[in-house]
Amino acid sequence: MKATGDRTKAPAGDPDPCFVSACITEEPIQAERLLDLGSRADGALLLFVGRVRDHNDGRPVARLRYEAYTEMAERELEAILREAADRCEATRIEAVHRTGTLEIGEASVAIAVASPHRAAAFEASRYVIEEIKKRLPVWKREVYADGSDAWVHAASEDPPR
Amino acid sequence: MRLSVLLFAHYRELVPSPSVEIEVRTGATVREAIARLRAMPGWEDLPEEPTVAVNREYSQPDRELHAGDELALIPPVAGG
Repeated sequence: MKATGDRTKAPAGDPDPCFVSACITEEPIQAERLLDLGSRADGALLLFVGRVRDHNDGRPVARLRYEAYTEMAERELEAILREAADRCEATRIEAVHRTGTLEIGEASVAIAVASPHRAAAFEASRYVIEEIKKRLPVWKREVYADGSDAWVHAASEDPPR
Repeated sequence: MRLSVLLFAHYRELVPSPSVEIEVRTGATVREAIARLRAMPGWEDLPEEPTVAVNREYSQPDRELHAGDELALIPPVAGG
């Protein structure tokens, strides 16, 4: 586990207009830990958590196994966060993506955005999750109730770049 | 030169191994490296132009490869 930024080093009034922190981790995501993001200038703080659900395409799912090209995924996630910060004028964005075996209800991804106003926070959060789905080199294998398993094929998207 | 190709998810199961070594000329393109892979037994199903990363960045088929480069095959992603 390695964070690409450390928000303890980005105090209120930090001149860096787009502080971001990207992390790929095997450890359980503690989403509530992301809720102290931002500064006194940020009137909006938005937290999105993606969780493992108990079904997919009508089939009961027992758990998921996530695999990542970790070194690239961390770099790509940080690039996505920087793009979101630049496009949406968010001031702080932190995102964590989990790998390994996840049980139903566990968080697979968490995205926190702090911004002076709500519109930028919603826009940035949406941008980050959609780009994660398109570009982040992460794969998931569904394990079904009957013990069988299969790689999940994401909805057809244009290949990255 | 010997080139180590990183494999993930669906592609890793073709071998099955987290990486495979191939021999290509210095300056070979990604396209040439993929053709070399597709010529190996069991690799016929690899797409002609799979998504790839060179040195942890998405790259195009005409990208040239040099000693020490990290080539990775990126199957369709499914994060989130």
